[in-house]
Amino acid sequence: MELFVAQIITGLANASSLFLVACGLSLIFGVTRIVNFAHGSLYMLGAYLGYTFMQVLPGALGFWSSILLAGVSVGVIGILVEMLVLRPVYKAPELFQLVATFGVILVIQDIALIVFGPEDLLGPRAPGLRGVFRVMGEPVPKYDIILLVITPIVALALWYLITQTRVGVLVRAATQDREMVSALGVNQAWLFTGVFGLGSALAGLGGALQLPKGGADLLMDFHILAPVFVVVVIGGMGSLPGAYLAAVIISVLNVFAVTYLPQSTLVLMFVVMIVVLTIRPYGLFGREEVAGEHGQVGEPERPIKPASPRVQLLTSVFILLLAMMPIYSASFSLVFTTDVLIFCLFAASLHFLLGLGGLVSFGHAAYYGGGAYVAALLVTHANTPMELAFLLAPLGAGIAALVIGWVCLRLTGVYFAMLTLAFAQLLWSLVFQWGEVTGGDDGIVNIWPSEWLKPTIVYYYLTLLFCVGGILLLRHIAHSPFGYALRAARDSKRQAESTGIDTRKIQLLAFGFAGFMGGLAGALFVFSKGSVFPNELEIARSFDALIVVFLGGVKTLAGGVAGGVFFKGIEDILLKFEYWRLVMGLLIIFVVVLAPEGIVGSLRKGAERLNLIKSKDM
Amino acid sequence: MNGVLKTERLTKTFGGLIAVDDVSLELQKGELLALIGPNGAGKSTCFNMLMGQLKATSGKVYLADEEITDLSPRQVWRKGVGRTFQITATYSSMTVIENVQMALLSHFGDILRFLPRAHLLHREEALKLLDLVGMADQADRHCAVLAYGDLKRIELAIALAHSPMLLLMDEPTAGMSPKERVDLMELTAKIVRDQGVSVLFTEHDMDVVFAHSHRIMVLNRGKLIAEGDAGEIRNNPLVQEVYLGGGTLFTSEVESHA
Ligand SMILES: Nc1ncnc2c1ncn2[C@@H]1O[C@H](COP(=O)(O)OP(=O)(O)OP(=O)(O)O)[C@@H](O)[C@H]1O
Ligand SMILES: [Mg+2]
Repeated sequence: MELFVAQIITGLANASSLFLVACGLSLIFGVTRIVNFAHGSLYMLGAYLGYTFMQVLPGALGFWSSILLAGVSVGVIGILVEMLVLRPVYKAPELFQLVATFGVILVIQDIALIVFGPEDLLGPRAPGLRGVFRVMGEPVPKYDIILLVITPIVALALWYLITQTRVGVLVRAATQDREMVSALGVNQAWLFTGVFGLGSALAGLGGALQLPKGGADLLMDFHILAPVFVVVVIGGMGSLPGAYLAAVIISVLNVFAVTYLPQSTLVLMFVVMIVVLTIRPYGLFGREEVAGEHGQVGEPERPIKPASPRVQLLTSVFILLLAMMPIYSASFSLVFTTDVLIFCLFAASLHFLLGLGGLVSFGHAAYYGGGAYVAALLVTHANTPMELAFLLAPLGAGIAALVIGWVCLRLTGVYFAMLTLAFAQLLWSLVFQWGEVTGGDDGIVNIWPSEWLKPTIVYYYLTLLFCVGGILLLRHIAHSPFGYALRAARDSKRQAESTGIDTRKIQLLAFGFAGFMGGLAGALFVFSKGSVFPNELEIARSFDALIVVFLGGVKTLAGGVAGGVFFKGIEDILLKFEYWRLVMGLLIIFVVVLAPEGIVGSLRKGAERLNLIKSKDM
Repeated sequence: MNGVLKTERLTKTFGGLIAVDDVSLELQKGELLALIGPNGAGKSTCFNMLMGQLKATSGKVYLADEEITDLSPRQVWRKGVGRTFQITATYSSMTVIENVQMALLSHFGDILRFLPRAHLLHREEALKLLDLVGMADQADRHCAVLAYGDLKRIELAIALAHSPMLLLMDEPTAGMSPKERVDLMELTAKIVRDQGVSVLFTEHDMDVVFAHSHRIMVLNRGKLIAEGDAGEIRNNPLVQEVYLGGGTLFTSEVESHA
């Protein structure tokens, strides 16, 4: 009983940063509709800045001022980010802003590396709060008690701000009806900026507050992201009490899990999330999100046509060039091209889902990494011949996609996206923590192809065959009745359902098919590298695919492939530099700001403006 | 009996609001029945319950003597009901003809085919339907660039794709010019005559209603308050009060919906 109480206190204390970061994210989303993936980065900056201030400012007063200062500074950084990066892209197609926030993640990662160095920083203890209190005989760190008190105070202050002040009224109005706010004569741009700043400050505060418990390191941006999304989803997007309750549930359960079931800590929160969402699809305090059919921002998507003879010819020439590559190029460029091809197939499979189906999956790495792990596990544990494992891998990924899709498709929009992300993280944590089977962090090694496929050239042709074949198949299906039905379900679910089209079934099949193709890419990957590690399943990998699809152009069939080539090509050049993330991040932000239609879409528009190609029907 | 559609005490409440209150109506084969009423009377809510977009709070719906009360829109469509929406629902990324082809693909059970090229299938039938509604010359235009009235006509073509026995049209002429309205209603009357379809439609333009419907039912605050032919409705004091109260009997309210 005593231990129990002590653990609950620890859990509540741990909930405090999580809550601060989560409600910042929730607030930003509620008002601006931007899913700020860079929120973890702001949290990380809060920790580093807090640490830096604490080195300068002495004593207890210095400690607490540092935390406040960190919050304020990160708030200012958030305001800068909003004004420089997000403002130009509010008008861009929905979710395109995401890509800009990916860019911000990369930039902040390298800036943190440059400014604060690569070493993990051990957080300073809070002056005067070093010891423990005895609670029913059990030791509880004094700092935990303080956190326990601080969080509800911050929560109450926020609650007061939002429910009792004029600013709060505007924020709430904006959460519900953005047009109304501008009708009230409020400058929407500054409201957005202000809210973004406030949300960022909360993240910074969260980062600084946890310093005595966790310190600061360069991985904390991604590490906080998954729990924060889980908290926001469980609590219900935009709900403060929901975020608090969810943060408490997750943190307390986590403390118990560490004691009683240490293997389950990472997996546990996803299990909780799935349970909650099964009972309450929109989270504990969330309200149903009515997905607007006419909410599509930007230019409506154009009709698709099968490739013209000219394009077909060009494609054939291109494929021929690829096929003859072993003749005119060195073996290392074959290896590189193999990588690019695999990545393009992965991106194309996501594009199929996102572009045609309008289904924004944040967790597509689940199927790519999943396929790779299925193959690797089959080879390692069941001595499966490589050829068979290679074929079973996409099947396994496809089945996983069907199961995950079945759960996620009950929701729409951002909830759907968050849930897919959470499932990908669930797989990642399973692989990470189930070391006996998956090798955990050490991955699975020695997964080579059969003898006859081993030579670089032969494997290159295998990859070429499956990737080009796969991409052409995806394209072909886009033009089939099924592909049309998928677009119909995206354009107008109402009309599709009233003309007998089972939109949910169509979307589920598409999800499974995209998972299958992602798994195929994963299988090609694992046998080309000979090993697989959990990072093939992690958020960053899903983001890679998302960036590529958005940058290439969601609304153009070639978008996935074009983005894939562009991204891999640039990455190959940039990786030679020490601060490649910084350059890459800036580049992404530039493309987002300058070419909001994606690369292919913007090229096409440019060509139309110059009358190089005929614009149809505008 | 040859009733195509029958509702029994159909009711829908939203929280405390009774949007549709105890509505029983019957539609004969080949009949063109207008359901009119001021804004918020419950007309669209009625339609949504008939087609299955909304679940009725209580009451029953029969299609040719078969109960369809709790069926999904998909199932109701399969039984031979087509509908158009007050706020048009078309596939904005497709061409005009592809919008109609979609419905035909569904009707002919082609949706789960992965190999053929969709835009080549059922093109002839789709063209015929477009011709019927006067959109054939715009068949290959991008749907997203069309005028609202054109979208309404595409919706009609879509709704006719599976040769329904019952057509539900929610404000079919909204956003059209007076001439287009007359054309569309004459077309509807022709479809009723030629194909034996029964039509239930709502409309705010009283000229259209009086000129083209066989029978009129008036809904106010969810309740049916009158029923009869054009002359009877025009002279019904209850109806006059409802409409003159709002002052809108003979003027069009349509623009408020576009
Ligand atoms: N989903 C809903 N939730 C709550 N109330 C609703 C909902 N749909 C309709 N209502 C309400 O039900 C009433 C009837 O609405 P309905 O749309 O059926 O009217 P209508 O006769 O079609 O009006 P209009 O001529 O404006 O189209 C209105 O008061 C409306 O506000
Ligand atoms: Mg209506």
